[in-house]
Amino acid sequence: MPSSFFKWISLAMVAVFLSGCGSLTVLDPQGPVAEQQSDLIWLSIWFMIFIVLVVFVLLTIMLVKYRDRGNNDNYDPTIEGSHKLEFIWTIIPIVIVTILSIPTVMTIYSLEEAPEIEEVDAQQEPLVIHATSANWKWIFSYPEQGIETVNYINIPEDRPILFKLTSADAMASFWVPQLGGQKYAMSGMETELYLAATEVGQYEGRNANFTGEGFAEQRFTVTAQTDEAFDEWVEETQENAPSLSEEEYMHLMVPGHSEEMTFSSTHLEFVNHAYDATYSLEKRAELGYEAHSPHSREGKAFDLPLLTQPIDTDKTYEVELDDE
Amino acid sequence: MPLRWDEFIVTGDPFILVAQISIVLTSIIAVVALTYFKKWKYVWNNWVTTVDHKKIGIMYIACALLMLFRGGVDAMMMRTQLAAPELDFLSGQNYNEIFTTHGTIMIIFMAMPFLIGLMNVVVPLQIGARDLAFPFLNNLSFWTFFFGMALFNISFIIGGSPSAGWTSYFPLASNDFSPGVGQNYYALGIQLSGIGTLATGINFIVTILRMRTKGMSLMKMPMFTWTVFITSLIIVLAFPVLTVALAMMTFDLLFGTHFFTLQGEGLDMLWANLFWIWGHPEVYIVALPAFGIFSEIISTFARKKLFGYNAMVASIVVISGLSFLVWVHHFFTMGNSAAVNSFFSITTMAISVPTGVKIFNWLFTLHKGKIRFTSPMLWSLGFIPNFVVGGVTGVMLAMAAADYQYHNTYFLVSHFHYVLIAATVFSCFAGLIYWYPKMFGHRMNERIGKWVFWIFMIGFNVCFFPQYFLGLDGMPRRIYTYLEGDGWFTLNFISTIGAFMMAAAFALFVYNIYYSWRYEKRDTTGDPWDGRTLEWATSSAIPPHYNFAHQPEVSERDAFWDMKEKGIDLNASTDYEKIHMPNNTWLGPVMAFFMFTASFALVFSWWIPAILSGVAIFVCMIFRSFDYNDGYYVSVEEIEETEKKAKEA
Repeated sequence: MPSSFFKWISLAMVAVFLSGCGSLTVLDPQGPVAEQQSDLIWLSIWFMIFIVLVVFVLLTIMLVKYRDRGNNDNYDPTIEGSHKLEFIWTIIPIVIVTILSIPTVMTIYSLEEAPEIEEVDAQQEPLVIHATSANWKWIFSYPEQGIETVNYINIPEDRPILFKLTSADAMASFWVPQLGGQKYAMSGMETELYLAATEVGQYEGRNANFTGEGFAEQRFTVTAQTDEAFDEWVEETQENAPSLSEEEYMHLMVPGHSEEMTFSSTHLEFVNHAYDATYSLEKRAELGYEAHSPHSREGKAFDLPLLTQPIDTDKTYEVELDDE
Repeated sequence: MPLRWDEFIVTGDPFILVAQISIVLTSIIAVVALTYFKKWKYVWNNWVTTVDHKKIGIMYIACALLMLFRGGVDAMMMRTQLAAPELDFLSGQNYNEIFTTHGTIMIIFMAMPFLIGLMNVVVPLQIGARDLAFPFLNNLSFWTFFFGMALFNISFIIGGSPSAGWTSYFPLASNDFSPGVGQNYYALGIQLSGIGTLATGINFIVTILRMRTKGMSLMKMPMFTWTVFITSLIIVLAFPVLTVALAMMTFDLLFGTHFFTLQGEGLDMLWANLFWIWGHPEVYIVALPAFGIFSEIISTFARKKLFGYNAMVASIVVISGLSFLVWVHHFFTMGNSAAVNSFFSITTMAISVPTGVKIFNWLFTLHKGKIRFTSPMLWSLGFIPNFVVGGVTGVMLAMAAADYQYHNTYFLVSHFHYVLIAATVFSCFAGLIYWYPKMFGHRMNERIGKWVFWIFMIGFNVCFFPQYFLGLDGMPRRIYTYLEGDGWFTLNFISTIGAFMMAAAFALFVYNIYYSWRYEKRDTTGDPWDGRTLEWATSSAIPPHYNFAHQPEVSERDAFWDMKEKGIDLNASTDYEKIHMPNNTWLGPVMAFFMFTASFALVFSWWIPAILSGVAIFVCMIFRSFDYNDGYYVSVEEIEETEKKAKEA
């Protein structure tokens, strides 16, 4: 029973693997960065299926052939090892690891640079967007365009985007699976991540690193647009969106969620969290916000605030306590 | 901060209420039962104060099984919450606390103690020793582990559990973002049990180096003993890092230092580095003994020598070395330079080479054997394909450029469960069943045991295999809910079914312990499996406290098998000599208890009780320094009587 079972399982695994992969977001890349990663993943998948099959087949043979049937003619308890065999199964993995190392290292280096877009008239100069995580929302600044958004970004298609990542508080991870892999955003530091979209469309992005209570909902939408649509949106935002005052921005530092927001100026004018790690803590204190144990009465009384534009700048976050 | 009574005890949640009631009820039942049956003295003399490595081992295993239950209940709650989109079974905060305790408990309070328990029972027997090198220290190690475990567990009902993940990354774990006492419990509970683990590591190194019986050179040691030896070396090298990191964390939490916080130029990545410099070798602390257990079992039930013994030893040495060179792969995405990521990618992938050698050596141990499919053997054979799946996905994760896509997703969750469950949990079950007759004098029921194996193995694959695809579909780990539009419902639901199958198998396993105790035939031979190594050379059911009446002499690797082939009977001669053995100790449990009160007081910043407990610990240490009691002799008459009884049984 065990041997046939393992064989069955291995076949089922391969079948599931091959049938299910097409629609999985990571293996459905929409830009050159995600594509390089997806190619690397497929390469590794083929090697790994090969290794798994070799082991499964060998195990099956051993179990069928050498199970105790009362009289085992081929029973030989004196075998201690075989240098030849052991040499073979040391060398083969070394070869496989080497074969996998080369494209891995090449891709690691390649991801550090702006991806090349093959379109003829594509703009190769990357668009810079600062992405800042603040419990539990994403704040995006376009310094060149002088605009800022919360929980969504619009990007032009066929153009590399350079994300400069940082965090106002807990360590987050910026991830848009269909456009490319993630990178950490840490306060007091700045990490850089290149992404690009070659198709117009909407992509889900999120924080992938646990940041506490509101982590699951710390998501954002990426909309890849044509150049014209993007420029139009930038212009309209510059003209129509309200500008972001520091007082409004302080309220974004308070833990809680936010709906999508748009501003015609950026917070980089008064703070860059990559150089000012404690800014958010100071501003919270100024607003009267205090962190409480979730098991204390204060902690239980406190609800995640949901901010919507415009922010009520008079509001402070002192938690009301029932004295009862 | 002023503490209110109704905040000291966690209230307002039905699960916690159930936990509180069950803890109180169990405690009352235990106290009443011990009093009613007049067992206090028995428990104190035979278990609490014991220095007998086998009994300490059994206590470790009992605690580990209890923690497997607790961690398993955590897992069931998480899987229930994730079974469908936007369920309201657990709140976000509850979920965070539960996955945090699930991870911490399974690694620190289940996997490690289970294996340390098996090591305790088996290693001295395997090397023909009478006890560990430092029996008092062994008792103390157990009790510090026990109280560390107790401290960590009561956080659930008193004060609130930690909720920053088992990795407790800063700055999330700092007071600014994790207010309350949860993180204090984390820092102090792990610290307390970590002290015990470090001491255990030292104890086993000395035991294995100094106390092997005549003729047992290092290269004649059973494979399990080898893995324990290497594991102990890893413990001694890795645990001090954790000790220091946790001490720094404690200072940040309680005394306002800024090692890792946002303020005062604290470095959050310093915590991540320190944590994983311990944390990665930790993976091998729970994997290498598992490899040892499988080696013993596969060789026994294939009725053959282990294939390529030398290569097996070499590969664990190489693995242990590499285990210290790969920690950065836990944060490939933190923006290291390409050179750093490339280096750690390659060293990580390199681990697959010695691991592959081991897999093929196990496969060829089966070659030309006479394989008996007993339940320990089933677990060992089931380990191979499942671990290979976990291993190859580990190689995929090691490729940094690809890891940017799977990092922090269910792909990772699935990978490490494939590795840890297939290696550690399978080996714990295998080892427990295999050595069960040595501890309790009877086997576990094979028919039920095989059902447990199949239900668990299938449930395990049903639970975790879909998670690879969830990861590739972009589902991050540690989210407590997801939306219908994410498209993760079907796979999550299947996964939850698998989790409940594993829970059913665990329940059946526990039932099997009861069933076997009632109905299984007692083992009179001491060698129920036709074993190969020295532990089978002495009688069953916790061998006499001195282990061997005559010290065995070893000339071959599979020493007992060799004796059986040559017709040597260790117990033939009745010409005994008195044996020197260590005394029981009340100091170990008492000292550990004061460490517990000190830690508990520190959790709540109660300085005066903390200081008093600290003084009490020092008094115990001073007392110990002036304790010149060096044991006693077991008289020849007692040995004669014990051995006669063992033969008659």
